[in-house]
Amino acid sequence: MEVPILKQGEVLIATFQAALSDADLEQLRRGLVLQVVKLRSRGVIVDVTAMDVMDSFASRTLREIAHMIRLRGAETVIVGIQPEVAFAMVQLGLTLEGVATALDLEEGLAYLTEKFKNID
Amino acid sequence: MVLVLNLYGHRNSAVNIHAAQRKENASMARREVPSKDSETRSNRGVELVRSEAPSELLRELVAHLRQNRTQLREEWVVRITETRLLTAMTKEEIFAEATSVYDSYVEALETEAFEALQAYARNLSERIIPRGVETHEVVGIVLLLRDVLARSLFAKYQTDFKKLNRILDAYEPAANRIANTVAVGFVQERERVIRQQQEAIRELSTPVLQVRERLLILPIIGVIDPQRARQLTEQLLRGIRTNRAKVVVIDITGVAAMDLTVANNLVQTVEASRLLGATVIVTGLSPEIAQTLVTIGVDLGKMNTVGDLQGGIEQAERLLGYKVEKLAEPR
Repeated sequence: MEVPILKQGEVLIATFQAALSDADLEQLRRGLVLQVVKLRSRGVIVDVTAMDVMDSFASRTLREIAHMIRLRGAETVIVGIQPEVAFAMVQLGLTLEGVATALDLEEGLAYLTEKFKNID
Repeated sequence: MVLVLNLYGHRNSAVNIHAAQRKENASMARREVPSKDSETRSNRGVELVRSEAPSELLRELVAHLRQNRTQLREEWVVRITETRLLTAMTKEEIFAEATSVYDSYVEALETEAFEALQAYARNLSERIIPRGVETHEVVGIVLLLRDVLARSLFAKYQTDFKKLNRILDAYEPAANRIANTVAVGFVQERERVIRQQQEAIRELSTPVLQVRERLLILPIIGVIDPQRARQLTEQLLRGIRTNRAKVVVIDITGVAAMDLTVANNLVQTVEASRLLGATVIVTGLSPEIAQTLVTIGVDLGKMNTVGDLQGGIEQAERLLGYKVEKLAEPR
């Protein structure tokens, strides 16, 4: 299942609708990294609220997405990690180091807005 | 003499029950239990007469114990006092308990039904555990009783060695089972109490409190074991979500010591909170804990630490953009 990428002002929003296959994740990575420059976005929000399992591949891909987008000149926030998922992730040692996280979409947008204000 | 009378009574009741059972399976009164028991026994005995012997011997044994009840009980209580068991109880209490234990013991020997004894052991444990009676004491008194009774059997049958042997054959397994039942009952009751207390402590000790909008504090007091650490983390993560917290202050002033596992749990809690978008500030690390953490080399680089709870809350307020101002001197 493909993940839709929405544009909201200077921000791109990708919302997972369900658990994703590895191929879907790779496609999302390609799509986001391409779009972020094409649409001149300054920030990307990946909403994983619907994910109830986060394996090592998914978390590595999310980290790669964040770092690649940084190299393409924008900021990434992962939002909506469920408490149980977060707990399982740290037990597996998947801590998304160097990636910004926020509680939900609203918080993610607030974080990016704050960040842009600081840069401007 | 006793033996003969007993045999007679036993045969009689067995026949009676045979007839009675045809009509209906009447609910048994307590005193009927032995006859019912012996009935099934004699049923088996039809093909193998020898199998009736242990039951007969047990019956004789029980009669002996009933007859000498007062004396043996006295002797037992004296032995208990001598060995300094049950020191938490008064002499009268020991005597009263000894009487009930003795009677239950003999009854269990007689009926070979251990449910009543089990229930009694549980009940006894419930009463004496809060008074600090130890496992070894309970096991000790039962073994003492076993010893006292065995000695009285030796005394009674010292002239007839073969009979003594057969009596012991009947007595020993039953006595062992009784000792086992009582000990297991006591330990189970103790474990139940411990579990109950653990749950009570756990419920008491993990509050997640909101002190300002988007600011939670989690004061931890007491010993943290892996299970509690896990529970703390789960509660904190849930609290972050429901209160939409951005900053959490974990205060561990009340934690005396911390080992590697628990320190790692703390790091995990901090990381999991970050995944939910919340910053964690840890406050109140004691010198001992700081020493431990440095020695075992826990990676505290990801951790934001402040000396005390006040400092932690002040920093959290700064992070949240609050500015606390004093309006006037307190009167």
